[in-house]
Amino acid sequence: MTEHPLFQLTLCRFREFIREPGAVFWVFAFPILISLALGLAFRNQGPVRIAVAVVEGAQAGAAVVTIEKGGVLSANVLPEAEARQALRSGRVALVAFPGREARFLVDQSQPNSPLVLAAARDALERGAGRVDVLDLKTESVRGAGSRYIDFLVPGIIGMAVMSSSIWGIGWSLVQLRTRRLLKRLVATPMSRAHLLLSYLVFRLALAVVEVGALVAFGALVFGTEVRGSYGALAFVLLVGALAFAGLALLVASRAENAETAGGLMNLATMPMFVFSGVFFSSDKFPSWMQPVIQALPLTALNGALRGVMNDGMTLSRIAVPLAILGVWCVGCFALSLRIFRWV
Amino acid sequence: MEPGFPSAIRVSGLVKSFGAVRAVDGLDLEINEGECFGLLGPNGAGKTTTIEILEGLQRADAGSVELLGRSWEKNEVELRERIGVQLQETQLYDKLSVVETLSLFRSFYRHPVPLEEVMSSVDLGEKRNDWVGKLSGGQKQRLAVACCLVADPQILFLDEPTTGLDPTSRRQLWEILNRIKSKGRTLLLTTHYMDEAERLCDRVAVVDHGKVIALGTPAQLIGSVGGDQIIELATDPPLLAEDFEGLPGLVRVSSNGEGARLTVREIHTALPALLERARKKAVAVTRLVTRHATLEDVFLNLTGHRLIEEGNGPEAPKVKRKTRS
Repeated sequence: MTEHPLFQLTLCRFREFIREPGAVFWVFAFPILISLALGLAFRNQGPVRIAVAVVEGAQAGAAVVTIEKGGVLSANVLPEAEARQALRSGRVALVAFPGREARFLVDQSQPNSPLVLAAARDALERGAGRVDVLDLKTESVRGAGSRYIDFLVPGIIGMAVMSSSIWGIGWSLVQLRTRRLLKRLVATPMSRAHLLLSYLVFRLALAVVEVGALVAFGALVFGTEVRGSYGALAFVLLVGALAFAGLALLVASRAENAETAGGLMNLATMPMFVFSGVFFSSDKFPSWMQPVIQALPLTALNGALRGVMNDGMTLSRIAVPLAILGVWCVGCFALSLRIFRWV
Repeated sequence: MEPGFPSAIRVSGLVKSFGAVRAVDGLDLEINEGECFGLLGPNGAGKTTTIEILEGLQRADAGSVELLGRSWEKNEVELRERIGVQLQETQLYDKLSVVETLSLFRSFYRHPVPLEEVMSSVDLGEKRNDWVGKLSGGQKQRLAVACCLVADPQILFLDEPTTGLDPTSRRQLWEILNRIKSKGRTLLLTTHYMDEAERLCDRVAVVDHGKVIALGTPAQLIGSVGGDQIIELATDPPLLAEDFEGLPGLVRVSSNGEGARLTVREIHTALPALLERARKKAVAVTRLVTRHATLEDVFLNLTGHRLIEEGNGPEAPKVKRKTRS
């Protein structure tokens, strides 16, 4: 068993990975650090009170209490000139003149000005003794699955699977060629299929650890959860990793030096970082771009991951992105095996 | 060749071009089993292309190759098991140890030799757990040779096995190759070092511009120079070619800007006469060297240019050639 070439080749993959501290950092630490940073920056802090100003005067204090009782606004007492200045600069959304002839000053260009106006009016009316006619009940739900971090974690997983396949497989194969080691291996009875399989086996094993670490990190630090089944998640990852392994093989199939290979790998991955919905939804791009964007393998992988992790979808409901990944996988392998430069 | 004597390698009419360049131009070879055979020639003579065609790594445009009576077209799987290949300038995995590297290579063969045996055959037992990246140039090269020995191959191909090595490492490697030879294995090596060819090879083919221009044992080839003694002489002012005419035992004269190179049969009759002429012409002798003829002289006589150009000696770093495949 330990003498089997596939075992030895896979062991070789493992050793060259674990003995390269940089590679370990990019595969494990980098995705976790980036999720931590973005998760902290864009955390949801719950409802925020909107600031308004009350102009100095005899009844200003009472007005502040009444306005804040509504629960939506926070009020400060300011001299009129300062209050107007604060409104102009956007630090407050509304200026209230209290008293018998109460009036409001708003800046119509601020998007929430109608809401602030309604809230202020509502609070003052109630304070003056208005009685509500309807008995409306409010029920609140917890918003897990809809926060930015819930959107982000599957995107980071997709990105990590792509990067580690493209660089881990593609870069290593090009290195083999530039060091003339590929030719040396071909001069032995080694099966070429075994060499390629060793990359697949090792990368799939690594993906399990890598994605496991990210899912656990998200759950522990940000309370994210996998709503679908872990089996479905594993299947999506398998198909995704195979598709990117094929792309990696294609990128590495002819390149004879590190510069060419590095350029090709950036060319293959950079557009997907931007367009495929890693950090923000790909829906933000205009509709004429969508057919191309939706056909990209990372868009498909991220869609499938979000379907399983956030929406609890079963495999049959994400059949379309899975099919797109399958086409990439088969197409890339078929083409690269045809053009691969072995010697 | 004796009838019925087995050939390990048989090559005829080999041709290979890269664009307009004919790297191999109708090359024929017949190498016996158990023989150590050298392809000697300068850089760019077509040695590497030839050996890579024999190793089944490149395809010839024309001609035929037979190893152990088999062809690459029909018996690739079997041949791969039975030959060992050391390529020029292969870099093994820097972050694998000696043992790990050899275990990897052993796993490819159906009948590998025990690991300990392979390591001791190249004297690397003490370095077994060192990473390849930490080995010296000579140790790396010995490991490269060990990688072709893991299945005790019948034919061993070595492409410039000692290029870039220091003199001690070269001698160590020669010793290892001599041991392999004494076990009756067939060796084919390329080199541009005449001393390497003289020391290791039973027979040598001198290759230039993709053709075999001379073939024989090193002694035969050196004998073909006509005399086996060389005198190199420089004077101020220089002597002309006609000044040497009629020297006793003179076979050949060649001169360049720096001095003259005379091939003679006997030093002890030619040298006194030569010095007498220099005295009569009243020229000062600035350099005088006498030595035995070598394969270098054979090559110079055959082609008019040197095997190793200035600045490309054993210690000089080898200029990396563009790989052509």
